This record gives sequence, C-alpha cells and structure tokens, in this order.
Amino acid sequence: MTDAAPLQKTALNEAHRRLGAKMVDFGGWDMPVEYSGLVAEHLAVRTGVGLFDVSHMGEIQFRGPGAMAAISGISMNDPSRLKIGQIQYSSLLTPEGTFVDDILVHKLSENDWLLVVNAGTRQKDFDWIGSHVADVHGAQGVHISDYSPHYSQIAIQGPRAAETLAKLTQTDLAAIRNYWFTWGTVAGVANTLIARTGYSGEDGFEIYIPSDVPTSEMVWNALLEAGAEFGILPCGLGARNTLRLEAAMSLYGHEIDEATNVFEAGLDRFCKLDGREFIGADALRRIQAVGVQRKLVGLEMQERGIARDGYPVLNAAGETIGAVTSGSPAPFLKNNIALAYVPSAVVESGEDIWVQVRANRVRAKQVPLPFYKRPKK
Amino acid sequence: MAYPANLKYTKEHEWILVEGNTGSIGITDYAQETLGDIVYVDAPKVDTALEAGKSFGSVESVKAVSDLFSPVSGTVTAVNVELESAPEKINADANSTWIIKVAITNPAELDALLTAEAYEAFIKEESGH
Repeated sequence: MTDAAPLQKTALNEAHRRLGAKMVDFGGWDMPVEYSGLVAEHLAVRTGVGLFDVSHMGEIQFRGPGAMAAISGISMNDPSRLKIGQIQYSSLLTPEGTFVDDILVHKLSENDWLLVVNAGTRQKDFDWIGSHVADVHGAQGVHISDYSPHYSQIAIQGPRAAETLAKLTQTDLAAIRNYWFTWGTVAGVANTLIARTGYSGEDGFEIYIPSDVPTSEMVWNALLEAGAEFGILPCGLGARNTLRLEAAMSLYGHEIDEATNVFEAGLDRFCKLDGREFIGADALRRIQAVGVQRKLVGLEMQERGIARDGYPVLNAAGETIGAVTSGSPAPFLKNNIALAYVPSAVVESGEDIWVQVRANRVRAKQVPLPFYKRPKK
Repeated sequence: MAYPANLKYTKEHEWILVEGNTGSIGITDYAQETLGDIVYVDAPKVDTALEAGKSFGSVESVKAVSDLFSPVSGTVTAVNVELESAPEKINADANSTWIIKVAITNPAELDALLTAEAYEAFIKEESGH
C-alpha cells in the first residue's frame, strides 16, 4: 500500500502548531482551521484585528513587453485599466465562459505583473496559463514564472489592521487606497509588497515577504505583538470561510467552478466584454444575449436549521430547484445564511424557498447581497 | 482531562449518568473540543423511542454536524430546553450538560459501555497520543 503524498506546509507551520492550532488538510496543505475558536477569531476580525497565514496561495509573475496582452487574453477583467500600484479582481475562464479560477491582478510596472491565485488551483492555473498564452494575439515577449514558493503571504484584517501594521512600517498606509499596493519595509523586511486587499469584508492588508522560515516567523510574531493591544488573534481557515461568506465573497469550488458561468455567478461587473477578446468572451456574449437559467442568491434561514454546502434547495411544492453552494451560521450577524443557485424565475419572484436540512425542510428568505457590509468610516 | 468515574461512555463520545432506571445523556469534553463552538442541538421530542447504537439527533458547530448515538434503548422522558437558546453550555461544561433523559428499558446494555478509564484510553489512541 503506498502512502498518500505528504501534506505541503507553509513556512509558518511550526508557528501554528506552537500556538496550539487545530490543523487540517486543505487541498493538500497542512493548515490551521482554528486556534482559540472559530467564533472568537471571526469576531476579532469584525471588531479588532485578525491574522491569517495565506502562504499556500499562488503567485504567478508575467514579465516582458507582452505581459499585459497575455493577461488581457486570458482574464475577464481589463488589465489596461490598471495604473501602476493598482489591483483588480478577475478570473481565468474556459472557452465556455466558466471559471478556471478567480484571481487578483497586480500591476507592478508596464512590463511586470503579478497574479495571485488560489492554493488548490495553483498548479492547474499555471499549467493552463502555459498552454493558452501562446494563442493570445500580441502576447509575444512574455515570460511567465511560478513564484509561489518564494513568498509567504500574511493577511491582517479588521478595523484595527491599519493601526497594527502601521507600528511595523514607515510606509504611509493611509495613502494606500482599497485595491492598491505599494512597497515598503515591514518589521525590518525590505521590499515587502503591501496590498490593501483581503477576503474578510473588513479593511485590511495582505503582505508578501520572503518564504524562509526565520523571516516569516519574525514578521508573523511582530504582527501578533503589534496587534496585541487591539486584541489580535491568529485566525484559521474556519473563520476565513465564515468571514468571506458574511461578505458574500465567492469561493472557488463552491460559487464558481468550471460548470458555472460569469453571469450565473453575478460577477458581471468584473467582466469587461466591450471591445476585448479573451478566452471565454465569445461564449459570454452569447450567454448575455439569451440570459441565464440560474442565478446565485443569498438566503437567510427563517426557521431553526442550518443550511450547509450541498444541501438541496426546494420550492413551495417540495421540488428540488437547486443546491446550497456555501452555508453556515454567521457568527457576527448571528443568523444562519447561505448562498445557492436557483432558477432565474425564482430569483425574480423573490419567493421563499426551503432547504433540505437532513430530515427537515427549513424555510429561507431571499436576501440582498452582501449579507454584511462593513460600516463606513 | 479527567472523565467522571460515575459516568459510562460510548466510542461515539456520548456519556450516560444512570440513576435508578433513568439515564441522563450528553457528549464528552473530547467531543465538544473537537466540534468547536456549538451552535445548534437537534434533540428528539419527549416519548421518542431510542435504540442503543442508533442516531437520535445531532449537535452542530459552525463548521460541522455530528450525529448523536444513543448508549441505551428506551424512551425520552426529558429534553434540556436550555440548549435551544444556549447550546454553548455544552462547550462550557460538556461532562455535566445533559441533552436528554431516557427511561432505560434494558439495563444489560450498560455493560457494553466503556468505563471512564477505558474511554480515556480510547481517546488517547484516537487522537494519536
């Protein structure tokens, strides 16, 4: 009997274990799912600051005069709209207009771009890019590298995130707007990419540092110390999921996948079709013309019962009309929420729907997304 | 964690406190620790028939659902309604927080359950210590 491949570890693996984290296999990575408790971690991010090791995510560099053209040919959003230092959310699509992965595109310079991709799809994305970029018109003179092993990535999220990070850098964080980045020295580590991005629905930053263990641990510990006065907690994948769900942010493999198109997922605003050619664009123009059969909807449970991933969704007549893509108790909102795909007609009528929660049918109301929006300052 | 010697245990991490012909049933500290913050308890109604080894409800944390298996056969005589609004009581004190009480119909079934010592040995093995 052969052993399964050993789990991959980030540079902070020992640090998590020393903090007493409960570890779990996440797409082949040995990751912390929680430390002190999911609810406490979730609430720390909503009211103070939380720290996440997201080093398992991938970084793919595009360099050369053909870099922007290459990205534009494979990305649904338009990289030509970006200024240096700016970031946009986008996706790599199949020719059918469905999702290979969702990504963040960073413009470092005219000829230097960074794509940040999901951990579970890192290899798939890199292989897919490699086999498709050659066909992109104008994409000559581009060199694409997988830089994932070179970076540790740490997310600092919450209303006190900026104050926390400010203690460790001279960089003026107030000057970094949402979805912009800059370079600075953090905890003595020069050339740190400091991005105002995140997956929590709160203000916050993601920083990219060298992936050696001493540097990674030093910065991680410095952040924990800097955030101590704000009640900082290390946060695991459990809280990461409940936070992004309250903010109605898609998770690859749940709301978006290779069987779902951009319009079904409600991500049209990140898809720039006019005057552009990219893989999936033609299919999306056809879909746009006829409309979609199903749409992503937000649900709030109205009776006792928690809708969870994969549970069937039913209409008033008890017929199965869809399924929950992500569902969970919402620790900050203190209700039970879910995202689900249902027929477009059901979304239009706004009718109540039912979720099959094991032996029970539990009523749910359609609610506007996002479930949670952070208060304006 | 010391498990009370006056309780009997199952391999599915339930405990039962026997007083005469009545049993109080809950989940162990190991179970609540593994589950995390408990948000929901799905308990059966009074008068429901229970069968030893069969599922009688579930306990849910934010991220998981865990079935509850009955240590004994019998009939439900009481349900801890406090857990409807405060399920986190189980996290706070799993070993003393009962979920249901049962009229035991076949006391011989208790002999098949684990003692505190046997349960502690069992979870040491489970958690790989």
